[in-house]
Amino acid sequence: MAKNSDDMLDSVSKVKLTASDYVIRGIGYVFISLFAIASIFPFLVILGTSFETENNIISYGVTLIPREFTTAAYELVIKGGTIWESYGLTVVMTLVGTLFGLFICSMTGYALQRRDFPFRNAISFFIYFTSLFQAGLAPYYLLMTGTYHLNNSYLAVLLPLMVSSWLIILMKNFAKSVPHELTESGKIDGAGDFKIFYSIVLPMLKPGLATVGLFLALGYWNEWYQSSLFLQNKSVLPLQYRLYKIVNEAQSLKNSVASQYVSVSNLPTESLKMATAMMTTGPIIFLYPFVQRYFIGGITVGAVKG
Amino acid sequence: MSTINPRVPAPYSQKRAIGKKIWNSKTLILMCLPAIIYFIAFSYAPLPGIYVAFVNYNYRKGIFGSPFIGLRNFDFVAKSGQLWTLTRNTIIFNLIFILLDNLLAVVVAILLKEIQSKAFRKVSQTMMFLPYFISQVLVGLLVFSLLNSDTGFLNVVLTKLGKEPLRLYKDGSAWPLIITLVHLWQKTGYNSVVYFAAIMGIDAAVIEASMIDGANGWQKIRYIILPSLRPTVVILILFALGGIVKGDFGLFWNLVGRNPTLYRSVDIIEMYVYRATVSDFNFSTASAVGLYQSLIGFILVLTVNTIVRKIEPDYSLF
Repeated sequence: MAKNSDDMLDSVSKVKLTASDYVIRGIGYVFISLFAIASIFPFLVILGTSFETENNIISYGVTLIPREFTTAAYELVIKGGTIWESYGLTVVMTLVGTLFGLFICSMTGYALQRRDFPFRNAISFFIYFTSLFQAGLAPYYLLMTGTYHLNNSYLAVLLPLMVSSWLIILMKNFAKSVPHELTESGKIDGAGDFKIFYSIVLPMLKPGLATVGLFLALGYWNEWYQSSLFLQNKSVLPLQYRLYKIVNEAQSLKNSVASQYVSVSNLPTESLKMATAMMTTGPIIFLYPFVQRYFIGGITVGAVKG
Repeated sequence: MSTINPRVPAPYSQKRAIGKKIWNSKTLILMCLPAIIYFIAFSYAPLPGIYVAFVNYNYRKGIFGSPFIGLRNFDFVAKSGQLWTLTRNTIIFNLIFILLDNLLAVVVAILLKEIQSKAFRKVSQTMMFLPYFISQVLVGLLVFSLLNSDTGFLNVVLTKLGKEPLRLYKDGSAWPLIITLVHLWQKTGYNSVVYFAAIMGIDAAVIEASMIDGANGWQKIRYIILPSLRPTVVILILFALGGIVKGDFGLFWNLVGRNPTLYRSVDIIEMYVYRATVSDFNFSTASAVGLYQSLIGFILVLTVNTIVRKIEPDYSLF
């Protein structure tokens, strides 16, 4: 539909354009170009600097194009070896969390949009209320560490990111677009509700599963917050929390030492930070152009009723 | 189906009716059960712990064994003036964010629509979307790489131009502006999607008719596109206002949270609560501030929803 109106507009605008049309179009190209470049510029700086020698970074600063190309920082990160443990941990958490999260969200989302489910409003409200009123960080922290004993357990990161009322509502909206007749015909064939969901509705829910799954996966991949609360004494850290520690420890080092003496340190701290940043974020940068349409789908389906 | 069998005689006890309802939808209830247990465990179970805001918390005695001190934790943060500063900062930042977010997103969406080349539009949209996909930790590092006074990009350029480097990490005054710019940089690609979809949804015949009537580009925007975006803008701004006491912790924390010289002037509620919980283990004060924030937030969402239900019933949350 959107594409259609776009094509029509194109053909229309070829007919009759005023001077102000051209001015606005010109502004559009310039403004959007600049905004797009500004959006990726900091990444190019990090990328360029990650291949620069430490001495050049210290004397000339960060750069888009390295003066002396070197992969020393990457070699150091890789040789250190522990980054692969972080990778393994993050990949496993992302896969497991996304899978379980998808299962719970889709099952609940489907049940809650069934018009013949008498408790759908009560359960919807029960779930929705959690986004209206929260206990706050301190009671949550005390519960997780004191009652559940999840301090220094990966479950403290895996579980809190798995389900959210927003994702369930999003899935519910996707499930609404699956024709109700499918459920009805399943019932006539004598299938149970779970069987209907699993073998009839789930295959039709692919766009919703893709969208919610990607929101979940992105949440797990970029996780640093729960880790900063609960994983402080772990030796293997999720990727972004690992980056968080490297960035902030180097920064605190910098803040505590007068800046001109930083080069005293033998470690190439600056290029190490950049190389770690690239390695922990690389998969996202390569993958997101292919999956962004699912996010756009999610925003337009769930935006207003978030 | 849960419809009651008409042949069942009239004096049909209500208890049995509910029992039958539950029995008939047992599978659907079971399907919701994991989510229900999940929310009980992680959203409802922390609620009784709010009581910690009213005690002088002692680790060995636990939340419910610690001495009750009424509202003294609230008094403490209110009288020191901190509560007011935090509230004011959080609200002012959010007001600026809401205003500029929507303004910039509308501008970007309108200008994107003006771009005729589909390839150009797709590539630039993809580029603008990138900052949304990265972690706030990386955002902190990106900003540091651009702005720090030793190796930062800005100062490399300033030095080349023969100017003095700016010591932005030693002076808090520029950070309200920096935080706002970084926020817009990160969120505009995402925010513009809704408006872009709304513009694409405008009936092409309306625009065609206006052009036949001789409307120029500006008039098209002023009299057709902007009015048709208005309901979306109003709804999005209203809902954003409902969250006006909730700050973007990840952004603030990773830009300035660990640097007291910087965060003093831009401190928000979330940062205070996080510091009080994680660094100071001052759970009672943290919880008092958190509860204050939750209550205001709750009232605001209810208010906003009432307003939305009056003007656009379809969009109200409940």
